[in-house]
Amino acid sequence: MNGARRQFVRTGLAGGLLLSFCGWLNAAGARPFAVGEREMLAAIANALLDGALPSEREARRRLVEQTVDAIGTEIAGLALATQKELGELFSLMVLAPGRMIIIGVGKSWRSASVAEVAEFLQSWRTSRLSLLQSAYAALHDLTFGAWYAHPDTWEAIGYPGPPRGYF
Amino acid sequence: MNDPIRSGLAGGWRHLDASLLTRNLTTLEADVVIVGSGAGGGVTADLLSAAGLRVVLVEEGPLRSSADFKMREADAYPELYQESAARKTSDKAINILQGRCVGGSTTVNWTSSFRTPPEVFDYWQRRFGLRQLSSTAMSSWFAVMESKLSVRAWETPPNPNNRVLAAGSEQLGIATGSIRRNVKGCWNLGYCGMGCPTNAKQSMLLTTIPAALARGATLCTRLRAERLRFVGNRISALECLALQADGIRPSGRRVQLRARHFVVAAGAIGSPALLLRSGVPDPQRLLGSRTFLHPVVISAALMPDRVDAYAGAPQSIYSDHFLHQAPIDGPLGFKLEAAPLHPVLYATTLHGFGEAHVRLMREFTHANVLLALLRDGFHPESRGGQVRLGSDGLPVLDYPLGETIWEAARRALLAMAEIQFAAGARWVSPVHEAAPGYTSWPEARKGIAELPLKPFVCRVVSAHVMGGCAMADGAQRGVVDHRGRHFWLENLSVHDGSVFPTSLGVNPQLSIYGLTARNASLLAADLLGRPPPLIP
Repeated sequence: MNGARRQFVRTGLAGGLLLSFCGWLNAAGARPFAVGEREMLAAIANALLDGALPSEREARRRLVEQTVDAIGTEIAGLALATQKELGELFSLMVLAPGRMIIIGVGKSWRSASVAEVAEFLQSWRTSRLSLLQSAYAALHDLTFGAWYAHPDTWEAIGYPGPPRGYF
Repeated sequence: MNDPIRSGLAGGWRHLDASLLTRNLTTLEADVVIVGSGAGGGVTADLLSAAGLRVVLVEEGPLRSSADFKMREADAYPELYQESAARKTSDKAINILQGRCVGGSTTVNWTSSFRTPPEVFDYWQRRFGLRQLSSTAMSSWFAVMESKLSVRAWETPPNPNNRVLAAGSEQLGIATGSIRRNVKGCWNLGYCGMGCPTNAKQSMLLTTIPAALARGATLCTRLRAERLRFVGNRISALECLALQADGIRPSGRRVQLRARHFVVAAGAIGSPALLLRSGVPDPQRLLGSRTFLHPVVISAALMPDRVDAYAGAPQSIYSDHFLHQAPIDGPLGFKLEAAPLHPVLYATTLHGFGEAHVRLMREFTHANVLLALLRDGFHPESRGGQVRLGSDGLPVLDYPLGETIWEAARRALLAMAEIQFAAGARWVSPVHEAAPGYTSWPEARKGIAELPLKPFVCRVVSAHVMGGCAMADGAQRGVVDHRGRHFWLENLSVHDGSVFPTSLGVNPQLSIYGLTARNASLLAADLLGRPPPLIP
């Protein structure tokens, strides 16, 4: 990330402005993920779950896709007002102006590296703006919730799963 | 495993799943309509139906029972909790765990049972004129509910997660106690938070609600109480919206319920919201104000041996030591308890991401987590939050986290870290975005003293929502009187945790059971023109 853009994202002013703009764009409410949103959420999952995901490319891609599907299921269980807010956040992150600020001019979420996405996530996590901090927290909770809800992830953390038998 | 709910339904209990309605319904009538089926609604339905009154229970969530409880977070949170267990304050800084299903939070709580502490009653007497309520006056009502719900000492040894609290405190000379639990034939599995799969937990789902249904009460589920209609000082009807099977979107079908009396027991977020939507008289603007959360800060530790904090009774040890270091209205005291860990709950609560997060998750089986519940609502600066209505008419809770809270949070994080190290922890960290984690108590003491404590940076959660329809001795400072009767509408009562004028400093279920047992008994006598019950 170049210095000027890092400063821009970190102060978050642009983010705040864009978020209110996207609120207007996204007034229609919850709907299935658009292609751009899937790519963005996949890039986020790739960074947040780095270390938990396998390094082998195809296996990693499949698990990331599965996680994005599970994020969709999670969002469908939230209050409609929250679903709308998340829609606004995702619009901000996917539309050209927001994406440009977050991951750089001419870049797509698909081409962003894990390190680049991690740097952006860290900037929101440590932002002074509560709007961006809460956006980071939402991405964090949705992604880790989607990942660790899946029984295939339990072996790696030594969790045997719920007890079986006698039920 | 026998599922008593499914057997009861097969035997002819009256259950209306409103998501299946194909037309509006305006013919339902009863003596009493009860909104909410948690601790307050359940006990009210039981006692009123036992007195011979016809009762309709309205629940926004679904009817689920032991055959549905698969001990999986992916199913349990969306099915059984408000907003999939991701309900938050308006600024998103506090995550709130609250049940939303038949039985309310009693279906998913961790069974910890405490009577309302005497000093809390004393404070309510002094500050809110509630002279009728005291430990002595309430003791029989608590005993009634303890007996009914099998609240007893838990004889099984605490699990290793709770043992950390006991052992560390003992090392430091800090007193702890054993938590009583409302269970019968508990298998000690540890999945209370996902609905009890063995029907051991004596929740409302298993006790009071089946009793009421067996007497002919009607249970409506997937039905959102929208608005109370009133004329003069009497409520005439409750307007409800049927929800779709997803439990989120209204289906477009409406239900109108008529009754002589209405009991609101929708919890400390739902109850004030319903009264606000209904526009009931509130000249002092008290509705929804002074909403308390027992804000919780969290300390995670890695222990040398396996902890397996997902297994065994979730909460069996507590310490009230830090509630008694100052006057009740002084700097906030806090109660210490352990928290059960399951993959989703732990992974989402834990700070950080990438490699740092994975490293901690790999040690999941060695993790211990302690909670400090801050006793809000007594200190003059601790005025809690405000429930208001969002643009869609649904409740929003503002809860500012001020210096009074953070000062206590720091003491609590220090106390928990010291206890965890004293119990042998090899690593301790507050759940906090900037905490690096510490390998010794001196290092933690120095680090935590310097941590910036602010919303989002320091994780704050809550599982206890109280207040918002506070009781008091007059309409100047309360929404209801000591019996839960509304000051302005003569056939309206509030029976849930929203009537508490402060927080409690203890897990609230037994306080709600006891007070509701009293108030529902007084209400039954009043409605039937009988003398009040002999218990004070």
